[in-house]
Amino acid sequence: MNIIVCIKQVPDTNEVKLDPKTGTLIRDGVPSIINPDDKSGLEAALVMKDQYGANITVLTMGPPQAEGALREALAMGADDAVLLTDRAFAGADTWATSLTLAKALEKMDYDLIVAGRQAIDGDTAQVGPEMAEHLHIPHVSYVEDMQKDGDSLVLKRMFEDGYHKIKIQTPCLITALAEMNEPRYMNVGKVFDAYREKEIKTMTFADLDIEAEELGLKGSPTKVKKSFTKGVKAAGVKYDDLDEQEAAKVIVEKLKEKFII
Amino acid sequence: MNREECNGVFVYVEQKNGNIQNVSLELLGKAQELAGDLKQEVTAVVIGKDVEGVDKLSHCGADNIIYTNNDDLELYMTEPYTKVLAEVIEAKKPEIFLFGATAIGRDLAPRLAGRIHTGLTADCTSLEINEENKDLMMTRPAFGGNIMATIVCPDHRPQMATVRPGVMKKAVPDMDKVVEIEDFAVEIKAEDITYEILEVVNEVSEKQDIQEAKILVSGGRGVGAVENFNKLTQLAEELGGIISSSRANVDAGIMPKEVQVGQTGKTVRPDLYLACGISGAIQHLAGMEESEFIVAINKDETAPIFDVADLGIVGDLNKIIPALVEELKAAKVEKFQ
Repeated sequence: MNIIVCIKQVPDTNEVKLDPKTGTLIRDGVPSIINPDDKSGLEAALVMKDQYGANITVLTMGPPQAEGALREALAMGADDAVLLTDRAFAGADTWATSLTLAKALEKMDYDLIVAGRQAIDGDTAQVGPEMAEHLHIPHVSYVEDMQKDGDSLVLKRMFEDGYHKIKIQTPCLITALAEMNEPRYMNVGKVFDAYREKEIKTMTFADLDIEAEELGLKGSPTKVKKSFTKGVKAAGVKYDDLDEQEAAKVIVEKLKEKFII
Repeated sequence: MNREECNGVFVYVEQKNGNIQNVSLELLGKAQELAGDLKQEVTAVVIGKDVEGVDKLSHCGADNIIYTNNDDLELYMTEPYTKVLAEVIEAKKPEIFLFGATAIGRDLAPRLAGRIHTGLTADCTSLEINEENKDLMMTRPAFGGNIMATIVCPDHRPQMATVRPGVMKKAVPDMDKVVEIEDFAVEIKAEDITYEILEVVNEVSEKQDIQEAKILVSGGRGVGAVENFNKLTQLAEELGGIISSSRANVDAGIMPKEVQVGQTGKTVRPDLYLACGISGAIQHLAGMEESEFIVAINKDETAPIFDVADLGIVGDLNKIIPALVEELKAAKVEKFQ
C-alpha cells in the first residue's frame, strides 16, 4: 500500500505571544513544529506500515526551510519525502493551496492520502476535503481511529456528540485528529539517514500541470482585506489584598449589583 | 458564477437525528441582518429525512425554505450532501452561503467550495456587509487566536463562510410568519454513496450544554486535583450554573472534552463567567471573552485572565470558593427574609 501523508510546518502557536505594549505578534524565537494533527496522521500511517507493510511518502508545501519537517518525518519512519516549493505558490488561500497539492499528488502513486484535520496556524480544516475534491476521490474527515479490512479501511469519524464507524474503499483521503494517537519519537537509528543520507525530492511550478493564474495569490478566491489584533478591553477592577471572606463579599456584592444573583 | 446574477443569503440548516441544530438558528438570525443590509432574502436549506420543525424556520428568519427530504439522506454523508447543495447553488445562485463551523459544516463546506470553485472562510466570529461594494466582510481569528483577519471573496460567488456555534444571536422569533416549503428533489445514485456507515454511536450526555448555560464556573490548571472540582461544582450549584473547563484539565483527562472552552473547544457567552485558576492563554480567551460579566480568581497576579476580567481577585481559590459558597448561601437567606 502506498500512503502519502501531507504535513505542514507551523509555528508553535502556543508559544506565540503578543507584545503587551504594541499588541503585535512576537514571532521571533517561536519554534517550528510539525502540525499536531498531521503528526498524528503520520503516526497512523506508520502503524499501518508496522502492521501490514506500506510505503510512506511525506509531502509538504512551503518555503525551503519546511524541509526540516520532512527530515523529522523521515526520522520517525517515513520512506520518502517531497517538498513542493516555489515562489509562485506564495499567498495561496485554501482553494489554491489544495489545488497545488492535488496537482502534485496527481504525479504520485497512492492508495491512501492522510492529512491532518487542520493546522494550528490557520485552523481552517479546509485543505484536506478540498484536495480530495480536486482529485475526485472520496474523503472522510475528523478520523480518530483507522483499521485495515482487506482492501477497505474502517474509520471512526467523530462528531460533537458521537461517531460514525465508516467503511471506505481506497483510493481515498482521510483527515486525522491529534486525539488519534501519541506520535512516536524520531528513531535514533533513522536520524542519521534522515538528516544525512536521504534525499528530499523537490517539486516546483514547472513540475505541475497547472496554469500560473490558478496558483498563489492570483488563484485564491479569498483575499485578506486586513489583519489586526483584538482591541484591549477596558480594564476591570482587580483586588490583590483581600482575605477569602472579604473576597467572597466583594464578589457577591458585584453579582447582586449586576442582577446575576 | 459571476456576482451580478447572484442573490440571496442562504443558510445550510444542520440536522442530527432529525433535529435542527441551534447553530443553524443562530445563523438565520445573522442572515436576516445581512439580508436586510443587502435588501435581499434569507433562504434556509434543509437536507435529511423527516426533519422536525422545518416549517418553523420561517419564525427564525427564513423567507424561503428549501427542503430535500430523502430516505438516503437520513444520516450525514459528505458526497450526497455535497451533491444536493451543489445543485441548490446551481439552481438558485446565492450571493452568500453560511454553515455552522461544526464537525459537519467544516466537512461539507470545503468539499462544496472545492466543487463550485469559490472561496470559503472558516470559523468566522463576525460577518458584515461592506457598505461601499456590498461584499461580505468575514472576520476570523488566526494564529491560534492571536490575531484577527478580515477576509473577502471579491470575484467568486457564493461567498461562503462557517461560523462557530454560540457566536451569533438568534433572531427575535416571528411566530406569525409562514412561508411555503419548496420540495427540492435530488436523485441520489449508488455511485454517490462513497462509503458505508457500519455503525452510528450517539454519545448524548444528559448534561446541559455549556453554550446554553447562563452561568459558567470554569476551572483551569490552578484548580489542581479532581477533588477540588467538587468545590467548583458546589459553587456552580449555588449560582444555578454549570461547570466548564480550560484545555489543561481536558488534556489531563480530568474534565470531558464537551465542557472545554476556547479555540479548540467551545465558544461561550454566558451572563457570568467565573474563571477559577485559569491563567487565560489567548486560545482560552478567544472562547469566552464575549461573556457579559467575567470574574477571575487566580493566585498569579500577572495572569492574562485579569486583562479581560471585570472583577479580578488575586488569591487562593481553594480558600475563596468555599467562602464564596457560604456567602452566597447567606445572601439567599437574606433575600427570603
